[in-house]
Amino acid sequence: MGEIGELPSAASAATSIAVKLTAVNSESPWRSSLQQLRRNRAAMVAFGVLLFMVTVTLLAPVYAHSIAHDNPFASNLQGRIKIGGHYRSVMQSNTQGLGLGVTPIGPTWNFSKYFLGADELGRDVFGRILYGGRVTLLIGFSSGLICIAVATVLGMLAGYFGRATDWIISRLLDIVWAFPIYLLAISLSVILVTSGLDLGIIHIGAGSLLLPILIIASVYVPYVARPVRGIVFSLKERDFIQAAIASGASDWHILRKEILPNVAPSVIVFFPLMVALNILTESALSILGIGVQPPQASWGTIINDGLQLLYTRPWVAIAPGLCIVVVCVALNILGDGVRDAFDPRAKLRGSI
Amino acid sequence: MSRLKSMKRMGVILSSLAVGSFGIIAVASSSPAAASSGYQSQHAGGTLHLDATAAGGTLDPQVNYTLQYWQLYQATYDGLVSFQKVGGDPSFDVVPDLATAMPKVTNSGKTYTFTLRKGIKFSNGKTVTVADVLATFQRLFKVSNPNAGSWYNDIVGGPACVTTPATCKLTGGVVVNAATNSVVFNLIAPDSEFLDQLAVPFGSILPANTPAKDQGDTPIPGTGAYAFTSYNPNSALVMKRNTYFKVWSAAAQPKGYPDEIEMTFGLPVESEVTAVANGQADWIFDPIPADRLSEISTKYSTQVHVHTLTADWYAPMNVNIAPFNNLKARQAVNYALNKNSLVKLYGGTQLAVPTCTILPPAFPGYLKYCAYNSNSSSKYAGPDLKKAKALVKASGTFGAKVAVVAQNDPVDLSVGEYIQGVLNQIGYKATVKPLSQNIEFNYIQNTNNKVQISVTQWFQDYPAASDFLKVLLNCSGFHKGSDNSINIAGLCVPSIDAMEARAESLELTNPTAANKLWGQIDQTIMTTQAPWVPLFNPKLVDFIGKRVGNYQFSLQFYMYVDQLWVK
Repeated sequence: MGEIGELPSAASAATSIAVKLTAVNSESPWRSSLQQLRRNRAAMVAFGVLLFMVTVTLLAPVYAHSIAHDNPFASNLQGRIKIGGHYRSVMQSNTQGLGLGVTPIGPTWNFSKYFLGADELGRDVFGRILYGGRVTLLIGFSSGLICIAVATVLGMLAGYFGRATDWIISRLLDIVWAFPIYLLAISLSVILVTSGLDLGIIHIGAGSLLLPILIIASVYVPYVARPVRGIVFSLKERDFIQAAIASGASDWHILRKEILPNVAPSVIVFFPLMVALNILTESALSILGIGVQPPQASWGTIINDGLQLLYTRPWVAIAPGLCIVVVCVALNILGDGVRDAFDPRAKLRGSI
Repeated sequence: MSRLKSMKRMGVILSSLAVGSFGIIAVASSSPAAASSGYQSQHAGGTLHLDATAAGGTLDPQVNYTLQYWQLYQATYDGLVSFQKVGGDPSFDVVPDLATAMPKVTNSGKTYTFTLRKGIKFSNGKTVTVADVLATFQRLFKVSNPNAGSWYNDIVGGPACVTTPATCKLTGGVVVNAATNSVVFNLIAPDSEFLDQLAVPFGSILPANTPAKDQGDTPIPGTGAYAFTSYNPNSALVMKRNTYFKVWSAAAQPKGYPDEIEMTFGLPVESEVTAVANGQADWIFDPIPADRLSEISTKYSTQVHVHTLTADWYAPMNVNIAPFNNLKARQAVNYALNKNSLVKLYGGTQLAVPTCTILPPAFPGYLKYCAYNSNSSSKYAGPDLKKAKALVKASGTFGAKVAVVAQNDPVDLSVGEYIQGVLNQIGYKATVKPLSQNIEFNYIQNTNNKVQISVTQWFQDYPAASDFLKVLLNCSGFHKGSDNSINIAGLCVPSIDAMEARAESLELTNPTAANKLWGQIDQTIMTTQAPWVPLFNPKLVDFIGKRVGNYQFSLQFYMYVDQLWVK
């Protein structure tokens, strides 16, 4: 039975005997899938881009301390920097006409001094984008993992046990599914971001990153749980599962050893797509001011900061927007590659 | 009053005082000449197009507490008295309106006797009578006017009306005589601000048969030069000439110029600015976005008017909970914040002025001093971080956790983030708690929310020192567990209350001495209690269309929309 558990997907499984023969006569399907993924040039470029973005954002403290020598989280409203031998204010008062308004310095295109200019508090936008990327990617990946894990468990329980368990889980998923995703995420955020989450011994502060992570993870659970449930339903009728049941294997054993390995490829396919979706959702919430809260920064919050400078300093909003585009496109291309390699017949709702 | 503060969120701000050191930075043709002086009929006609991002709520003048509509009420409603419809300083003067003259004050300041003008008609054609006046003041309590309990309960019978509004009679409080057309107000105690309170839109005289409930979107007939003819909060508010209107006092209610005034709702403020720049709109109600200021300041300078406001941006600190229940901690924050930086956040020195006092400059009672400064000057020079850090250590509050509560609009949030950064610099562990514009103002008032420090604003209702000092820093304004505890700092010092009571009573007999005492109270509060950090006094920017002429600015209610020329 162990070999059967390594099939690329339940959908592609024939009978347990036929599959067993295939598995025995060829290399590991996991290895084969990974090799196929490696041969996918577009997916590998996307993976490289993703790796680059992750690495660069992880180096944010190095940039701030050793290159820019500033603190992207501290305001610098009275600051001055030397450019081309001349000192210039970080926040420049308008001297034309009636002298109304103060405009942050624009991009200097010099990595050591306000490369992308300053925001409304005189903070280095480039440094903030690097730090913000860490938060955005952290939320995207961690909420993706939580979402996939919870959805897989729920989908497997509903699909395997059926009856009342299925009914309860499915109805719960239906309720979440019934809400437009963004409406649900916004509603939860408005409530929780203000007051935090207090559930008995569990207390999450209002400004904690855990809140957007949990909110975003929870609103997407049905999108993964439903297909998983469907796959398990179909697997449950297969001979190898029936044989396991007949041989007296426990439910826990069957779920862990027979069902999970067959569900895993589909779940893996979901992961990059969910991360991309989660990044977009986090950005949307933060742009609305109900995602990541100050003093933390994410690409979404930086776009929010940039909205009030759109006419004078558009780069404050454009640069983090471009970062989101690059990462999400990379995740989608990688997701397509993963799908082609692991689960070529999968039809996924929610592709971006 | 408190709602007037929240109006700023919709771009509102109340009144400015352009005297003394500030003055109006008038740019275009802002004239202090009377709005009423010399009607120029060649400019009459046309439609004035105003833009606002959102409607201002109910249209009922006895309920609505937003400058957005108070500005429009100036042309649609009248009280027995009103603020003079002129530009400049005299716009703070109260003049007779529906009353024939200023009231005769007797009974040691407790009785005000008016005579109602004859022959004035509402926009529905009905003649105004003293019965309408009585019904108006009864209705004021019945519709739960926001200030019924704080302003108008001075009228005899007022407290009973506050308790049981439905049966409000004001027996003995408002006495009318149809034969002599007289209206007599009897007060429980002398009130030096009573006429100011009658002159604001809450005191608008309405038909006696107006239902005693908030009329919401339904226009109520008034006596002004214009009448509201339609109101849809999702699209537009339209005012047209009141066909029954005839000028009885140009100082109180002058004839307007446009035939029709339309306020359209729904455009984002950036689009509103573009609409005015392109000549598609004549004025926008909302504050100009920061990133358009430079553009309008240079490209459209002749269409821009800037006025100093009698208002404060301030950071109240809760004197009843840690760490700001310690005077040294509060003084430390006062020393630490750089108000010049905060001015930059608001748009620069042309749009805000750093302040050290509770009363705005040139306001009655204003005393120039600066208790927390980098030098000994009475003018703010800069922060003193060294002293601030020493005070934090001396207070024993070093390392305390502090949450700065601020609204989540760009400027408020920036100010909150700036304060958070400075608090971290002087030794606290600070975070920012951004809250929706709809809830922040009430949230920071409620002691149950344990707000330590916040960012907020206060705009005057009328020019009186008590409107800041007594309203915001008196035991009477502090209500534990209530969303309406306007004394946000929670300062309750009986000796200061006693000084305020003394100043109020002095106002009736010796206004000069009273103002001097108010100034001392301001100084005493800041030096001995430091419950706030006064941040800056803001200014207002009006951006009008190229075709618009005759811009005039009231210090009390801002631009007179009905006096603008569009022809």
